[in-house]
Amino acid sequence: MSKANRFVGSPVERLEDLRLLRGRGRFVDDLTAEGVLNAVILRSPVAHGIIKGIDTSAALAIPGVVAVLTAEEIGRPVPTIPIRLFASKLTEPLEQPCIADRKVRYVGEPVVLVIAESQAIAEDACDAVVLDIETLPPVVTREAAEKGQSLLFDELGTNRCARFTAIKGDADDAFRNAAYRRRERFGVHRHTAVFMEGRGLLAEWFEEEGKLVVQGGAKVPFATRKALSKQMNLPEDKIEVHEADTGGGFGSRGEFYPEDFLIPFAARYVGKPIKWVEDRREHLACSNHSRETEVEAEIACDKNGMVLGLRGTAFVDSGAYVRTNGLINPRNVSQFMSGPYHVPNINIVTDFYLSNKGPVGTYRGPGRYETDYVRERLFDMAANDLGIDRVEFRRRNLVREDQMPYQLPQIVETKSGDELDSGNYEVTLDQCLAEFKWAEKVEKYDGKLIDGRYHGLGLHCFIEGGAAGPKENARLVLEKSGNVSVYVGSSQVGQGVVTVLTQIAADALEMPMDKIAIFHGSTTGTKEGFGSFHSRSTVMGGSAIVVAAASLQKLMREAAGRRFNCAPGEVTLEDGKAQGPGGKSLTFAELAEEDISIEESFFNHKHTWAYGTHATHIAVDPQTGQVEVLEYVAVEDVGRMVNPLTLGGQAVGAIVQGLGGTFLEHLIYDGEGQLLTGTFADYLLPTAGDFPRIRAIMTGNYPSPINPLGVKGAGEGGIIPVGGIMANAIASALRSFNVQPLELPLSPPRIWKLIDDARPAEAAE
Amino acid sequence: MPTSKHRAVFEVNGKAVDIEVESRTTLSDCLRHQLRLTGTHVGCEHGVCGACTIIIDGAAVRSCLTLAVQADGSQITTVEGISFDEGLTPLQTAFRKHHALQCGFCTPGMLMTAHALLTENPDVDEEGIRHVLSGNICRCTGYIPIIQAVLEARAAYKKPENA
Repeated sequence: MSKANRFVGSPVERLEDLRLLRGRGRFVDDLTAEGVLNAVILRSPVAHGIIKGIDTSAALAIPGVVAVLTAEEIGRPVPTIPIRLFASKLTEPLEQPCIADRKVRYVGEPVVLVIAESQAIAEDACDAVVLDIETLPPVVTREAAEKGQSLLFDELGTNRCARFTAIKGDADDAFRNAAYRRRERFGVHRHTAVFMEGRGLLAEWFEEEGKLVVQGGAKVPFATRKALSKQMNLPEDKIEVHEADTGGGFGSRGEFYPEDFLIPFAARYVGKPIKWVEDRREHLACSNHSRETEVEAEIACDKNGMVLGLRGTAFVDSGAYVRTNGLINPRNVSQFMSGPYHVPNINIVTDFYLSNKGPVGTYRGPGRYETDYVRERLFDMAANDLGIDRVEFRRRNLVREDQMPYQLPQIVETKSGDELDSGNYEVTLDQCLAEFKWAEKVEKYDGKLIDGRYHGLGLHCFIEGGAAGPKENARLVLEKSGNVSVYVGSSQVGQGVVTVLTQIAADALEMPMDKIAIFHGSTTGTKEGFGSFHSRSTVMGGSAIVVAAASLQKLMREAAGRRFNCAPGEVTLEDGKAQGPGGKSLTFAELAEEDISIEESFFNHKHTWAYGTHATHIAVDPQTGQVEVLEYVAVEDVGRMVNPLTLGGQAVGAIVQGLGGTFLEHLIYDGEGQLLTGTFADYLLPTAGDFPRIRAIMTGNYPSPINPLGVKGAGEGGIIPVGGIMANAIASALRSFNVQPLELPLSPPRIWKLIDDARPAEAAE
Repeated sequence: MPTSKHRAVFEVNGKAVDIEVESRTTLSDCLRHQLRLTGTHVGCEHGVCGACTIIIDGAAVRSCLTLAVQADGSQITTVEGISFDEGLTPLQTAFRKHHALQCGFCTPGMLMTAHALLTENPDVDEEGIRHVLSGNICRCTGYIPIIQAVLEARAAYKKPENA
């Protein structure tokens, strides 16, 4: 990093806020275009069925209706949504057609697209369409998915669509000889990101140029462009995908959805700009779901509590199709179960099954929230069974600094491994214990009945992966004003990428922040771009900027050297001026009379691993099953902090999302595959009164060795431990009942029932 | 089906508005799409998330649950109406300082709810702020910085003593 490091590490107030606080954001529904038409989608009302007929005549007769499109008008074969990560020949037939063709597989699947002069007219027209669908038996439960009497894809012959096997050492051998073993079955329920701004698109077709411009892209606009290029048979350079402001992402927004094809296709079809914005019911039924997992897992230890092995089988529900990044969830459940611990023998087989529910994708901490829940529950049970303190149990098993880089298990099917990069995990454990005053609180509260409530403590060590490769691009332009424009392949999903990347660029270029402008999330900014997922924008976008800044400074020195008749090495760049020998000087603006710009890539095939420990104190009301979070402390080391303000915000926000997922949020389907939680009155999100006492302490003590900034991806870590820590804290609180919460969510009825079921046993003692 | 149109006369951010709206047009859609005041956001259209909160005749109201025709004869304030051309108000400054927004989508509703609350009761305590703001959903921040920001902004709403 540059010698004049001023901004990286500072809690700089965000640049984004000045617009957003004054109602000047430009979210996709804020955009409009001359002659714009509105699109509304008629979606399948049944979970599984054969489309026998679609009568659109009454809809077409409504004044103001411009077009009514079905698979027929779009043309067969209907384009499908490409799988972005871990695509294979095996899963290709399970990709989602962008509009249902002959068969529907989940409630909410697009069947008819209506284009009209207003949204209201388009909605009227949807009501006038008559769908004739012959229903098939829906696959809703795990049992039905495994049994396979009803199949989503007949040609597949099964509902199982993928398997990920994580292998390390020889688990069976380790279990054979282990002094201690315990096996349990755990369940994590379906819930998801639910960002506040619904997805939306504004697509314009420019006939003369044969060009398509799409606003409302997010997260991975280059991947969206690539998919559209194939689906619409257009060269990539005839498609522009731009981000607007994005009202939250958390892994779900910006992946390719059916509408990402339907709306651009319709814009070309009718030759007019078309806007589509989903409503909340559509969002809850149709945006990527996540998390639905069952795991039967077993732990083996020696008598001293050293973990010898983890093995088990997992079931992850894919929903009706395999979407862009859905395969990440089962992969992560298998690969990352050992978390921050040294586990020498691992064998976890995760099967991914289709069902007639909404298709899944990643949600913040994908697979990790689930697998951490399983591991940390088993650790508390094992520590308890062996009579070892749960902190000591974890301490004994954490990966040590001298074991870095530490090999994680191999995934058999993808032949891919991973390794933890750096850090001292015990330091964050100890810091968390000290901040929380763990020893004191255990003594005072843990397992005690105080004022009618049972108090319990929980502790959870975790890792969070970041910095997915293969690369990221940054293009830097010295503008005629002497300022520098930075174009980067990263995207804004509400995480403050403009501020963070401006800080990095300002330090790298040794310029003030107000001389730098960041442009992101557009396919026009850089030749290539990879976007914002897997906590990668700070590491990958930031490092690309560092690499490009060095190259830009080299070009500036060379340009000045030519003008000064001196060697580039004799030129200094400081205070907006290039200075050479003998007092020669040019301002950056004067230097920019010559075009100076550069695009560079930062390549990376490894991952960063931020890590930390969370601790909590809860109280359970045995009368109602209600759990109150009295205190929550998170400590996480992120290698190096760029902006402590935004970083801490990510951590606290993620923890509250995790608490929502653990206690409140649940996408519930009935036996017919109907979503029962399609409004915010049914799908409950945390509100301001729910979880007031949370602290996050972020540190940057152990820089990552794999990038020039030393930073690690962060922003997902907060959510990962929440399910596990809460279940453990509840088990600890209710130890006098000897109950183990094994299923999420930890809703009041479920906790109350645990207590109630245990009561007769208690009375009998 | 198409519905009849109605005249609605009201004031938005101090400016007179005289427009024709369909019976079924919500006030949020009218503000956003007819009057192009896009600072007011729509997050659920069923009155739970609070992103569309505006102030009508001094009260914080869900504009997605209000029909545009109902606004006839009223005075409306939106986020644009509590913002300066340059710089930030004390409430907005506090939001920025405490990092009380990430994606910024819920923010206009949060600001309007907080503005109405602090205008009515600048001495409100933390519990009172949490209670009132629990009608606005934020998915990014976990609320803690929002509460801190509103607590800090109270000072700017207090009437000078002896006034």
